[in-house]
Amino acid sequence: MTTPAHGHAADSDWRLPSRGRVGMFSLILAESAIFVIFVVAYVYNIGRSTFGPQPRQVLELPILNTIFLLSSSGTILMAERALVKRAMAAFIAWWALTIALGAIFLLGTAQEWHKLITKDGLTISTNLFGTTFYSLVGLHASHVIVGLVMLSAVLVFTLLGALKPEHTEKVEVLALYWHFVDWVWVVVFSVVYVIGR
Amino acid sequence: MAGGSIPVPGGLGSAADVAATEADGATWLEHLHSWVVTVDHKKLGVMYVLYALLFLVVGGIEALIIRIQLFFPDNHFVSAETFNRVFTMHGTTMIFFVAMPIVFGFGNYLMPLMLGVRDMAFPRLNAFSFWMSAFGGLLLYYSFIGGVGLQGAGSAPDVGWWAYAPLTSRAFSRGHSTDYWALALIVSGFGSIGAAINFIATAFCMRCKGMTLFRMPLFVWLYVVSSGLVLVAVSPLTAAQVMLTIDRYLGGHFFDTQAGGSAVVWAHFFWIFGHPEVYVLVLPAFAIINEVVPVFSRKAIFGYPAMVAASVGIGFVSLGVWAHHMFTIGMTSISNAFFVLSTMLVGIPTGIKIFNWIATMWGGKIRYRTPMLFAVGFLVQFLIAGLTGIILSVAPFNWQLHNSYFVIAHFHYVIVGAILFAIFSGIYYWFPKVTGRMLDERLGKWNFWLFVIGFHVCFDVMHIPGVLGMPRSIYTYEADRGWTGLNQIVSVGAIIQGIAIAILVYNMIHSALKGQEAGPDPWDAWTLEWATNSPPPPYNFAIEPVARSRRPLWDLKHPNDPDEPLEEG
Amino acid sequence: MLSAAVALAAAGAQRAVALTSNTNTSIFSPESTPSRSIYELSLFVLAVTGGIFVVVGGLIVYAAVRFRERPDDDGSEPPQIFGSNQIELSWTIIPVLIVVVLFLATARMIFAIQDAPKPAAALEMSAIGHQFWWEFRYPALHITTANELHIPVSTDADPRPTFMKLTSADVIHSFWVPRLAGKVDLVPNRINELWMDPHTPGLYVGQCAQFCGVEHAKMLLRVYVDTPEQFAAWVKQEQQPGAQSPASAAGRREFESQACMNCHAIAGTAAHGQFGPDLTHFASRKTLASGAADNTTENLERWIEDPDSIKPGSLMPSMHLTPDQVREITAYLNTLQ
Repeated sequence: MTTPAHGHAADSDWRLPSRGRVGMFSLILAESAIFVIFVVAYVYNIGRSTFGPQPRQVLELPILNTIFLLSSSGTILMAERALVKRAMAAFIAWWALTIALGAIFLLGTAQEWHKLITKDGLTISTNLFGTTFYSLVGLHASHVIVGLVMLSAVLVFTLLGALKPEHTEKVEVLALYWHFVDWVWVVVFSVVYVIGR
Repeated sequence: MAGGSIPVPGGLGSAADVAATEADGATWLEHLHSWVVTVDHKKLGVMYVLYALLFLVVGGIEALIIRIQLFFPDNHFVSAETFNRVFTMHGTTMIFFVAMPIVFGFGNYLMPLMLGVRDMAFPRLNAFSFWMSAFGGLLLYYSFIGGVGLQGAGSAPDVGWWAYAPLTSRAFSRGHSTDYWALALIVSGFGSIGAAINFIATAFCMRCKGMTLFRMPLFVWLYVVSSGLVLVAVSPLTAAQVMLTIDRYLGGHFFDTQAGGSAVVWAHFFWIFGHPEVYVLVLPAFAIINEVVPVFSRKAIFGYPAMVAASVGIGFVSLGVWAHHMFTIGMTSISNAFFVLSTMLVGIPTGIKIFNWIATMWGGKIRYRTPMLFAVGFLVQFLIAGLTGIILSVAPFNWQLHNSYFVIAHFHYVIVGAILFAIFSGIYYWFPKVTGRMLDERLGKWNFWLFVIGFHVCFDVMHIPGVLGMPRSIYTYEADRGWTGLNQIVSVGAIIQGIAIAILVYNMIHSALKGQEAGPDPWDAWTLEWATNSPPPPYNFAIEPVARSRRPLWDLKHPNDPDEPLEEG
Repeated sequence: MLSAAVALAAAGAQRAVALTSNTNTSIFSPESTPSRSIYELSLFVLAVTGGIFVVVGGLIVYAAVRFRERPDDDGSEPPQIFGSNQIELSWTIIPVLIVVVLFLATARMIFAIQDAPKPAAALEMSAIGHQFWWEFRYPALHITTANELHIPVSTDADPRPTFMKLTSADVIHSFWVPRLAGKVDLVPNRINELWMDPHTPGLYVGQCAQFCGVEHAKMLLRVYVDTPEQFAAWVKQEQQPGAQSPASAAGRREFESQACMNCHAIAGTAAHGQFGPDLTHFASRKTLASGAADNTTENLERWIEDPDSIKPGSLMPSMHLTPDQVREITAYLNTLQ
């Protein structure tokens, strides 16, 4: 075989990082930058609203909701472990639980927004607080929605028996995204509900 | 020795016959279809470049309109409104729809070839990214038609490419033109982020055997750093555009100064993107120069590790300099001093690069073909652009020069004198690889010399009206300020550059059809893209090559004097 | 060399306009402490960068010419050199030293100008940017005027610097009179500061330096630096209410019955509008429409009849007045000395 160089014993060990993981980490970096900008806008504008409801008057700590979302990081980890062992029943159970926890979180957010809009009269155009609150929390919620859609797709494929061993890595890459969505919530929670209140 | 191919034995070239069968017998429609649905990095690369060149012509015409208007004081060639639209569109077009896509095009086409692999890491994401960028450009230009809106104000956006709040708010920018501007940049921003993810994943995960990270061509390294900057710099722009859109469509108050919002925050967000953006564009220009200078000097690049370190260093430092665009906005003296220092620090790794390029030429045998002419032009002009950058980083001096024509001259020195010269160098260098035919050397030299002359007549002189107090973005000026003659010289220079670009376009069309056959390796070069046919077959390499050094083809051509062995042997 | 060339060319061009010197806007002919300090710093910076250009540019040209391939070349490859840590270290250290020097010189000047103490004798006033004109207020003197700024000369014997607070009523503008001071932006919802102490009486021109909308180019600035006597007289005049003579009563009636008074104020009359320039002493100004035209009867009539004919896109609407109404209002405004 003539190539620009000669064969070498070490070539059989030629290993490259997984492109799925590298790609997902790059995406997470880009997403983090987007979140940083929204967080900065939120923090900068704390207390600058000239009228309308203020955070302290209308926001309640979504403790339960936070617990649901963060524990979904644990359940998806369990699901991954099950998948590696090809324990499909356990995988489906953990995976479905993850989806359920994410969905409950979204419901909680919807409830909170419903109360803010109908009871407190706070919308995105009410004041600076409304603008920054709905965009930051909404940005995160939209990521949860995207995550749930993808997690559900995996669940459907699994139930149809289409999830083959070679897809394990793809599932793990998707789980990375879900971990990111969960841990961004910690930032959003601290900024909006702890510092901002 | 154009046309003479180097002896690449065996597998690498043998794909020729397979490639030849592909296009034959296809109808025009099938041909078009194959381009629209393609996920091949080479076709996408070519489409990026062609689309960028199309917008280069559009943006260039806009530049000429600006220069004709400023030829005389109190000129009425275009109205104030039209002028403001034209300079907004000129800036937005040139940055987002010329420089970005052309840079992505080069990376797309070349990176897999240089790494000795068959495609990018995510071919479908690649196609998606291209079409997002392309639709972004169309959306921006659609504003000429759709921007009028119900209020009847405006067609194209007229807020400047930096679009400072609150001029972009509903109150001061009626109609939909600003919405088109924001949406176009959001859409093309997604394209850019997708492309950057792809470049990074390709460099780390798609390398032929033996191609360790420190054997990658510097070209690839520079694209990795540039892509990293896209991830962390274009995303803030996208975020800021989303906020602007929320303000404009949903009645938000991010930048609404009447409701406690801040105009300064927009400026920060914009320049957190805007300054690294310069490096997003200039690092790929370095990438091209890093390939062209060694090959035409017949020497290995001097100080490869230092070049990698300097590139990464520039990338990091460039993230902390944005507010040097805002010295006049009223920051504290401490912040001003901080951004002076961080900005000046960029000069150090940049200096290392320039010295290493000189050292690469030193002791070589420089062949002055058109790519090298443009590369030397790049070196001189990039030096000057860097020095005027240092001048502008001196905050008190900046208080005078900011927003004057001196700044316009400075950043055109960077974007035209450095980046565009490097891109033209790259076009002349890789055109034979892409088309299989050489660009005409005689036209190339006309192109180069006219462009150099036009460039210097235009942009050297443009510094002076800035020093004499002429601000940017003005559609006309007072006759008694002493700016008239200088503006006329600048305008003449702009026209000469226009002619040079027309020659390039003609040369590309003419040579693609009738140029001299190039063969696989017309420049006697050393990186892997020259080891396959010109144009390369769809799968690039029939057998994936193996890299034993930074210059695999040098090893092949000089078996007795192999490229510097690396530590692991 | 380039920097030197720029400086030389600028100096040449400056000499060319020096004859009509009150329209000179060169940053290289400073007439006030901040602009002069910047000028001196800039000469130092230009010398350093010029030196770098000569050395590095010379190296590029030398390498490019000396190492070109000769026609009689034997086709062999030159010796391959891959790098040298010593050499690379040396050309890292030199730029570091240059950066340190430039930074220290710059930082010193930033603090000297930006944090300069405000002497007790300073004149305090404020500038408010509007699309596309300037509002000037002297709170201690109870004066509000527009577009043409009057400040006192400041000499070593009698230092009287002007300290200005800047803000904006709409979008971002930038105050730039190159011979007096570096520019400072006028940002809505924020107050910036600028000071200047012109040494020579006379007229200094400048203009808005941040794109602010359609007529940004016609947002011109005139700064009259007055001798102490001139300034005192100007203040006295400005503090008077708008002159009212029976001869122009018809014009005043028109002014107050049309929409004019919704936007413009004339002290001593019913007109208290805030959206347009204060016209109390309009006739004492040399220009109208923020410098877009000379303040002549003919121009004023044209301006009132159809503002777009002088400054297209100006926010002043055409009121569709009859020629008689235009003439009467013009006559009235001409009396507002």
